[in-house]
Amino acid sequence: MALLEVENLNVDLATAMGPARAVRNLNLTLEKGQSIGIVGESGCGKSMTALALMGLLPENAITTGEIRLSNENLLKKSERELCTIRGNRMAMIFQEPMTSLNPVHTVGRQIMEPLRLHRGLSKADAKKKALQLMDRVGIPNPEQRIANFPHQLSGGQRQRVMIAIALSCDPDILIADEPTTALDVTIQDQILELIQNLVAEEGMSLILISHDLGVIAENTEKVAVMYGGTVVESGATDQIFGQLSHPYTQGLFAAMPKLGMDRTKRLTTIPGTVPDLVNLPAGCTFTDRCPLASSICRENTPPIEALGSSHAVACHNLQQAIEARSAGLYE
Amino acid sequence: MSVFFVKRFLTFLATLFGASIVIFIVMEILPGDPALVILGVDATDEAVFALTKELGLDRPALDRYFDWIFGIFRGDFGISYAYRVPVWELVEGALLITIPLAILAMALSVVLALVIGLYAAANHNKVSDVSLMGVSQLGISVPNFWLAILLILFFAVELRWLPAGGFPGWEEGPWACLKALILPAIALATVQGAMLARITRSSVLEVFREDYVRTARAKGLSQRRTLWGHVLRNAMIPVLTAMGFQFANLLVGTVVVENVFHIPGLGSTVLKAINNRDTIVVENVVLLLAGMVVLTNFVVDILYAVVDPRLKAHDI
Amino acid sequence: MSISSSQSFVSRCFKSRSFVVGGLMTGFLLLCAITSLFWTPGEIYDISIADRFLSPSLTHWFGTDQFGRDIASLLMTGTQNSITVGVVAVSIGLSVGVTLGLTASAQRGWVEELIMRLSDFSFAFPAILSAIMITAILGPGGVNSILAIGIYNIPIFARLTRGTANAIWAREYVMAARAAGKGKFRITLEHVLPNILSIIIVQVTIQFAIAILAEAALSYLGLGTQPPHPSWGRMLNEAQSLMFFQPLQAVYPGAAIALAVFGLNLLGDGLRDVLDPRLSRKR
Repeated sequence: MALLEVENLNVDLATAMGPARAVRNLNLTLEKGQSIGIVGESGCGKSMTALALMGLLPENAITTGEIRLSNENLLKKSERELCTIRGNRMAMIFQEPMTSLNPVHTVGRQIMEPLRLHRGLSKADAKKKALQLMDRVGIPNPEQRIANFPHQLSGGQRQRVMIAIALSCDPDILIADEPTTALDVTIQDQILELIQNLVAEEGMSLILISHDLGVIAENTEKVAVMYGGTVVESGATDQIFGQLSHPYTQGLFAAMPKLGMDRTKRLTTIPGTVPDLVNLPAGCTFTDRCPLASSICRENTPPIEALGSSHAVACHNLQQAIEARSAGLYE
Repeated sequence: MSVFFVKRFLTFLATLFGASIVIFIVMEILPGDPALVILGVDATDEAVFALTKELGLDRPALDRYFDWIFGIFRGDFGISYAYRVPVWELVEGALLITIPLAILAMALSVVLALVIGLYAAANHNKVSDVSLMGVSQLGISVPNFWLAILLILFFAVELRWLPAGGFPGWEEGPWACLKALILPAIALATVQGAMLARITRSSVLEVFREDYVRTARAKGLSQRRTLWGHVLRNAMIPVLTAMGFQFANLLVGTVVVENVFHIPGLGSTVLKAINNRDTIVVENVVLLLAGMVVLTNFVVDILYAVVDPRLKAHDI
Repeated sequence: MSISSSQSFVSRCFKSRSFVVGGLMTGFLLLCAITSLFWTPGEIYDISIADRFLSPSLTHWFGTDQFGRDIASLLMTGTQNSITVGVVAVSIGLSVGVTLGLTASAQRGWVEELIMRLSDFSFAFPAILSAIMITAILGPGGVNSILAIGIYNIPIFARLTRGTANAIWAREYVMAARAAGKGKFRITLEHVLPNILSIIIVQVTIQFAIAILAEAALSYLGLGTQPPHPSWGRMLNEAQSLMFFQPLQAVYPGAAIALAVFGLNLLGDGLRDVLDPRLSRKR
């Protein structure tokens, strides 16, 4: 039995224009100690997936399917039960360290909060633990910093505080939603390395969400590529990067700037924009942007086909896509 | 703390100083000859001259201004033109009624605003929220002195629970005084409370959308604990600003509402002084009221810094 | 404005319930004022003691007062007074305040500092307080109370204008206009004013409501409109002495004030929805 199993997850958001299908038929499994990356453009449903796992979707969201943590369906649990899981067995780090901490409380108090809530620690014990945590996430002078307010810390320091909060109760699963996107490039690597080390030391499972293929490739064992609210390609990281298959994944890869690239050449882009989640096209949602689209793509949802031991792709024209790989689909 | 506090205190003093100059210019320099105003147009030149001399009005304006200000520091507000007694004697008792009334009304309106505002925010877009906001919209539109009349008609005339007006004096004990002040306080608090409730609600709703609220929920805090621990204090920042203005409105509102209830507070004092052409009393009461408004804003500024630690950092 | 956007503007107007209801109420208020200029259901300047304290009837919809005057007619004519006060007092505040605010925002530096510090001082004087000062010197009267309320409005509009205008001055298209060599005066007229207009219009309705309330309070205290001109505040003052045996007389004028202010407040809310859809969606 896997630690986390997501089966047929659907998230619909009620909007003025009708329901927006933020996540469709999503399946994921995560073993203890494993790390998985979810990658895709903004609006592809990756953050919604993370919030659904935490049970923190906005009020206008309707969630169906199953999210099983140690074989217990979280979607069936009451809000009160979910409160004992959040921050305790599952913790999350957000994209915006500048706004994710409460401006009127000291960082110490914010780190101590889950410890006091879930572990029932006394103030003194919680403070001791908070100091240790701050030290572990690499905040210098914890004794002094613990009394600081968020505005007195830099963005990188604040994200370290967020990590300390997430780690405080030794969660089984850490969800990191674009943890470095808002940070300076030089800080990004430090934070990712910190997360990587802590996850390894604690034996935690990691769900890393990013729009950056490079970040995912370096930090996770498994990858799920999301497009239009659903997973179009998934599998072991090395297998996927060894043989990029789905036309969308190939496009994402081609759009990445690479070291030593010919500077006179323009970066490749995928034409078109992400689909409107309220009026999703029938069939494959990538059809309008896909260079290989054929008539069947407009009509039927593509089946998921296995490619090797742990690699699955949802594409009608998979064979053509694989053949076109070496030539470059988007040149 | 210290730099911030000193800076704010200096601003407070400067505003008070500016306000006193404005009052002095309007009340003593613009109208021409107060002696003529007091004695009427039929007065003889000698009588006007004598009174001008007696009141010290023949001296330069600057001297008179500083006499006034330094006098206030010694507790000397001058002599009433109409009653020929120290102004302070007329004002002292009135202050002891108006200030408790304003504080009582403020307390009521804050309680009303927080209860309604939080309840409406917690039931956002539900029937209770929409109807409470409709009622509060109506509450804002009601003139406080009319509400006061309606309250008298209902609680004093119809039910006979509370006195219709008047003030027994503090020597009659706090309970009798509270009974006399409760209806005026409700009349004042309803309007201000309705306004404050709307601000509280929208502020709470705004804060609920902040990222750090999501962080708190991700820690495992329940909706209720999030509200008390993370939302409320941040939501109070705009509510505090509004409270500063509200208290000013309340103080001035007492002038009107005191007259409905025939309560001998500052409002009645100043109206009587206007009718008696007793400009020196008007001048001092206006300064007292303006001073209290400025003081309130100063206190609100200090409270800000207590609630929001970012403020102090910006100021230093 | 293109056809499609003006269409959506009209449809937004009708979608906002506050706007429709508030607009209708304010429209009714205006209608009463205009009608009363040449027709009222009864007499208001003729005193006839024989007809005093009549109960509501077909000829006297709300009955008559202690002088035998028709209350419905008094209320109708009272709208003239309230609207005049609102229009004049808001116009004073609007013209002077917006000019000061725009000047402060365009000039910055000591001009801005001076204007803002002056408006700080004036915040120590809420409308009724400044009216008390002015009437103590110039004597009670309608004009003096309007003047006092108008002066009180000046710093409110000055602050609002300066704050929103400063935000516009920081926008890219203003920078572009400056880079193109346009003068401050022209930029203010062409770029700043049109962009802050909607916020100012909303504030106008709010201040209009506040002006009506303040004038009613002053007239009630006997500092505002003087008899025989009918005013709602004055009517309340006269009714209060009779309230123990003629309580309904104290109800009508207050209800008229409350409904007028309610309509204006709703209209302001509605205008905010209509003129700035972003603001309303946030709520």
